[in-house]
Amino acid sequence: MAHIELKGITKTFGNHTALKDLNLQIADGEFFVLLGQTGAGKTTTLRLVAGLEKPTAGTVLIDGKDMADWGPAERDVALVLQQYSLYPRYTVRENLEFPLKPAIRRVSPAEIKERVDRVAKTLRIEHLLDRKTDRLSGGEMQRVSIGRAIVRKPRVFLMDEPLSALDAKLREALRTELKNLQMNLGATFLFVTHDQIEAMSMGDKIGVLNNGQLVQTGTPQEIYTNPKNTFVARAVGSPPMNLIEGKISGGEAITSEGLKLPLAAQAGATTDNRLLTFGVRPEDLVLESGAPAEARVHDIENHGVEKIVTLRTGEKFIHATVPAQIDLKLDEQVRFNWNPDKVVVFDGGSGVSLRHAG
Amino acid sequence: MTQIELRGIEKYFGAVQVIKDLNLSIADREFIVLLGQSGCGKTTTLRAIAGLESIDVGDILIDGQPVQHMKASDRDIAFVFQSFSLYPHMSVYENIAFPLRATGRDRAGMDEEVRAVAKTLQISHLLSRKPSALSGGDMQRVAIGRALVRRPKAMLMDEPIGALDAKLREEMRAEIKRLHIKQGSTTIYVTHDQVEAMSLADRIVIMHEGVLQQIGSPSEVYGHPSNLFVAQFVGSPVMNVAEASVADEGGQLSAKLRGASQGFQLPPAFSDILSTAKAENGNLSLGVRPEGVLVSREARDGFIPVEAHIIEPLGSHDIVDLKLGEQMLRARTKSGFVPQAGTTVWARIDPAQAHFFNTATGMSLGIRL
Repeated sequence: MAHIELKGITKTFGNHTALKDLNLQIADGEFFVLLGQTGAGKTTTLRLVAGLEKPTAGTVLIDGKDMADWGPAERDVALVLQQYSLYPRYTVRENLEFPLKPAIRRVSPAEIKERVDRVAKTLRIEHLLDRKTDRLSGGEMQRVSIGRAIVRKPRVFLMDEPLSALDAKLREALRTELKNLQMNLGATFLFVTHDQIEAMSMGDKIGVLNNGQLVQTGTPQEIYTNPKNTFVARAVGSPPMNLIEGKISGGEAITSEGLKLPLAAQAGATTDNRLLTFGVRPEDLVLESGAPAEARVHDIENHGVEKIVTLRTGEKFIHATVPAQIDLKLDEQVRFNWNPDKVVVFDGGSGVSLRHAG
Repeated sequence: MTQIELRGIEKYFGAVQVIKDLNLSIADREFIVLLGQSGCGKTTTLRAIAGLESIDVGDILIDGQPVQHMKASDRDIAFVFQSFSLYPHMSVYENIAFPLRATGRDRAGMDEEVRAVAKTLQISHLLSRKPSALSGGDMQRVAIGRALVRRPKAMLMDEPIGALDAKLREEMRAEIKRLHIKQGSTTIYVTHDQVEAMSLADRIVIMHEGVLQQIGSPSEVYGHPSNLFVAQFVGSPVMNVAEASVADEGGQLSAKLRGASQGFQLPPAFSDILSTAKAENGNLSLGVRPEGVLVSREARDGFIPVEAHIIEPLGSHDIVDLKLGEQMLRARTKSGFVPQAGTTVWARIDPAQAHFFNTATGMSLGIRL
């Protein structure tokens, strides 16, 4: 049970500023994902909450208490890293017992056993309890690492890319398991990743971090459908949102390649002739004869359930998702339209969404 | 014109058999992708075709001629690796021209060839640069250029874009495919990435532990996997697979997953086809991809009630975990279709997308409804 608040956090390393005036609230029991590329400041944020780093300015609050003078051990948080740091000569059971063993924790042997057994059951590693950790697969090792974090019932789970070293199939399975775990434990999670699928699929809330600044916070749906700027627009979704330069004239979008496409009425007549960027998701493009714009098929990517088609218009490439049954050939001429209700209009210069600019 | 044929190939590293009785026939101009996890034998197979690895049993034929005793240099095959292996002290031009120098071509002819290849790969503007001044994508283009320039009988590529970042990988994938269509050289391409295989291949060859699992076009492999390994290796999220039994009660056919409270109704028209499956009861697994699980928010005829457990919103669509008794089924829905976890919804399996497997052997029963 813990509420986390970061207030005006700045962190510098020498003359490099890792975080700039970061403000963030994580509600009790929330699964919060920080999404960003390498160097965005995700891990630094996590380490500040864990107490492994001290902020240059600002405060970290857990349950309303300023953590400035609290050491990592006193904060009662658990950290799970990408590299599993297990004791290789111990069995899985010994690894799980380890955090409970110190006398200071005052956990009775009977309770240790009960807690370890319960955790093993939750993570489906019961059959591995007597095995040495160097005889485990990557996924099993990561489950033991998570188990070791859970077993002492911390207030907060901090996870730093715990899935990125695993193969795709295992990542998929553990994603569900982690989410499941958070729902069962009702614990607060701060999860750091560069993988937008992990962020979208697991987060109750996502914070998008760019160059040490928090660009947007919101539910996955909000981030996906209503990105604050072009950076966020391209940070989630695969393939990412198409960003097409152009302007509005006579209520229509005119792209830099001269295509004319319809817009919803509220897109605004006030923006006539201003340089804009139109954002549209691949699934909101449709290929149909008689559609207003023309393109050539540059590439077709078969995903079984659907195809992702790269269309070429002039010098620009646009992605469209189409049903797997649609038969297309490379270099075929096609016509396409977009769903005008789903088009997000960004300022051409600043990249800020006109909806967010107000 | 290059056909490649592998006949009964076996290969051992010490006591470990890495390729087991591999038979494969590759047509002229075909783009073949060898797909599998690390250690499945795909790279060894490729290296054996190139002549970089000997084989213990079997024949490798290029255009009908056995080549397993020929040196790599005599097989006239080009190889592109994941690591770029360019000569760092030579310019891009010299790197591409290098394989031609040994052929004794005249200068003008060589120059023409190099420039033609550079144009195809859109690296004409880079010809005077050193490899160290190139991006990863450009380096790989040069490596491909060097392979193409001597017009080899076949191109072999071992994870050529595996080291590049996601965006560049996607661009290069499109380029490699377009290049293949233009040049028409027989190509064998190795990868562990199923999306890459699905996107590039005319036919995919799936390998697992040295054994060929299935050969087929991307849609065959996705739509008609020959066994459980293929079914769960191709496609993301993975195909749902659960032990099941098929019953026929008073003309009502149903397939019940183990641990589920209720079975999925199947149309009576499939009674004959399903008798094969019924015979396997006790040793039967049902597979269905997430898009083959149909979800309704209201009770409907033929749909059974299930509890939505975890919802993964992926933006363009959701993956919803449905709980039926002890079984979990993943379904693909429109985004926001199931409002929240814990909701009861109704589900059915699209019979046309149901796959039946023998649990013990993992083999598909080949039943399509």
